[in-house]
Amino acid sequence: MTLRADLHAVAGELDVEVSISAEAGRPLALAGPSGAGKTTVLRAIAGLAPAAGRIECGGETWLDGETGLTPEARRCGVVFQDYALFPQLDALGNVAFGLRFLPRRERARRALAALERFGLGARAHSRPAQLSGGERQRVALARALAIEPRALLLDEPLSALDPTTRGGARRELAAVVREAPVPVLLVTHDFTEAALLADEVAVMDAGHIVQRGTPTALAAAPASAFVANLTGASVLRGMARRRADGLTVVALDGGGEVASTDSGDGAVAVSVFPWDVALEPAGAAGHGSARNRVPARVTTVTTLGNRVRVGLEAPQPLVAEVTGPGAGALHLEPGREVVAAWKATATRLLPG
Amino acid sequence: MTRAFSAALIVALALGVAFLALPVVALLVDVPPADLVRRLDDGASLDALRLSLQTTAIALAAIVAIGTPAAYLLATRRFPGRSAIETVLELPLVLPPAVAGIALLSAFGPQGLLGGALDGAGLEVALTTTGVVLAQAFVASPLYVRQAQAAFAALDPTVLEAARTLGASPAGAFVRVAVPLARPALLSGAALAWGRALGEFGATLIVAGSFRGVSQTAPLAIYELFGSDFDAALALSVVLLAVSVALLAAIKLARPAAA
Repeated sequence: MTLRADLHAVAGELDVEVSISAEAGRPLALAGPSGAGKTTVLRAIAGLAPAAGRIECGGETWLDGETGLTPEARRCGVVFQDYALFPQLDALGNVAFGLRFLPRRERARRALAALERFGLGARAHSRPAQLSGGERQRVALARALAIEPRALLLDEPLSALDPTTRGGARRELAAVVREAPVPVLLVTHDFTEAALLADEVAVMDAGHIVQRGTPTALAAAPASAFVANLTGASVLRGMARRRADGLTVVALDGGGEVASTDSGDGAVAVSVFPWDVALEPAGAAGHGSARNRVPARVTTVTTLGNRVRVGLEAPQPLVAEVTGPGAGALHLEPGREVVAAWKATATRLLPG
Repeated sequence: MTRAFSAALIVALALGVAFLALPVVALLVDVPPADLVRRLDDGASLDALRLSLQTTAIALAAIVAIGTPAAYLLATRRFPGRSAIETVLELPLVLPPAVAGIALLSAFGPQGLLGGALDGAGLEVALTTTGVVLAQAFVASPLYVRQAQAAFAALDPTVLEAARTLGASPAGAFVRVAVPLARPALLSGAALAWGRALGEFGATLIVAGSFRGVSQTAPLAIYELFGSDFDAALALSVVLLAVSVALLAAIKLARPAAA
């Protein structure tokens, strides 16, 4: 099942023109700064914002030229940024809202099952105002999925949550969007979030997609300084354990070990900014203060003005940013073996 | 300086409260509750109360049925002429009731613009109960429509969009989401409008006259009794006062839920 959209829409002063496609099992993220037109694209696909062009989903045509199906005929499951729950209805009522086509008893049964899937069975009779931010987000997800939507659209699904709730919610959401039997499109201003939730990222700037690819490819070989800045940190996965000296040590999936001053336990995501990663020749002794030293092979070299983005396989994808002269001295080119080094203090841990 | 200012504020409030509350207290002092029922026990008072309840109920039903969707349109769509329409809808608030009565007659009266058409449909307005309802609906509708429009305009549009993505048509989103969310404000608007309709005097007198059982509503009966039987006029006034207080209480109770 595939969602394809070639559309033109207007958001205030901004002309939005994009062409995207997402298939079930491979979530697509639209990433970019606020005001880039991401939400407009999502709303146009849901039928909530006027657009021209062509939108198809699972063999159905939703928009052809200027004429399109109504939002209720498209049946997109939408999770809005502030969730847009119905305040006058309890959690069960919110989820049952979209199940009008079912007989009453079946409706309640299905709504409760959807809530239970997100661990909210006991909160079925609480109103949105009585729920925590994380619970509201899960009710919104349950409500969007209960209607068996033809596509799942998420607008900044984690931004309304406080940092302590966000890690767990992100883990849960990553599973939901990959298991969803329909195309998933999510919108976020946070590239790390996009990288953790989506298999493919389209970066938007000023109404247009400026680059698309896997999160790793974008971070390693950004087409512009804009994308380089947006992509920010590299993310590695591993298992954390606390060490006696107070540092947390993470055994990286696929080999290697790094230390962090952050605390963490069990499955974690390690993040490090490219400009914090230094490159040294393979086999260098490393007398500096950088505690983390990982052997890596260069995969891509991209010059962006006076800096050079270097994509690495360590063996997980990692990105370093060095100066032009630095890159020249190391003879960086794809296939070359190097050592990536960075400090434990520059190593952030996120719940994986 | 601040002390003197505070004192001035307190005096102003005390004067205001005394001025507004004293007549009400006087009304209650003049009519011992035991006397109330006896004094009302003449046909004219009860007929007037019954007529008032019937006509205001019909007027209010019409206001709510037409005013709610009209207010929703005004609150949720932008279109040319919208503020002109708002002005027209608010005009009855400032129009002197006597002028409203004359205006209604020149529109719907026997010689009025639509008089012929209404006659053909068997609807007579002048000197009839229909005219009473018309006058009440005319003066009371802005109170409801304004409240309803403000309540609908304050709704989070995303919640209505969420309803659409969950399969609701525009009408479904209105009935299942907008109206329930605006209900406290709609109820208090309806209570205000009802209070205004119940007190309607000038326009009713001009359009429908003051005929017992046909067009003599409670306020008109008070005026007539005032000339002949002051005690009965007082008693009827107390009944209307009680209704007003009850309405106000209902509005106050409906408000917090809206917050």
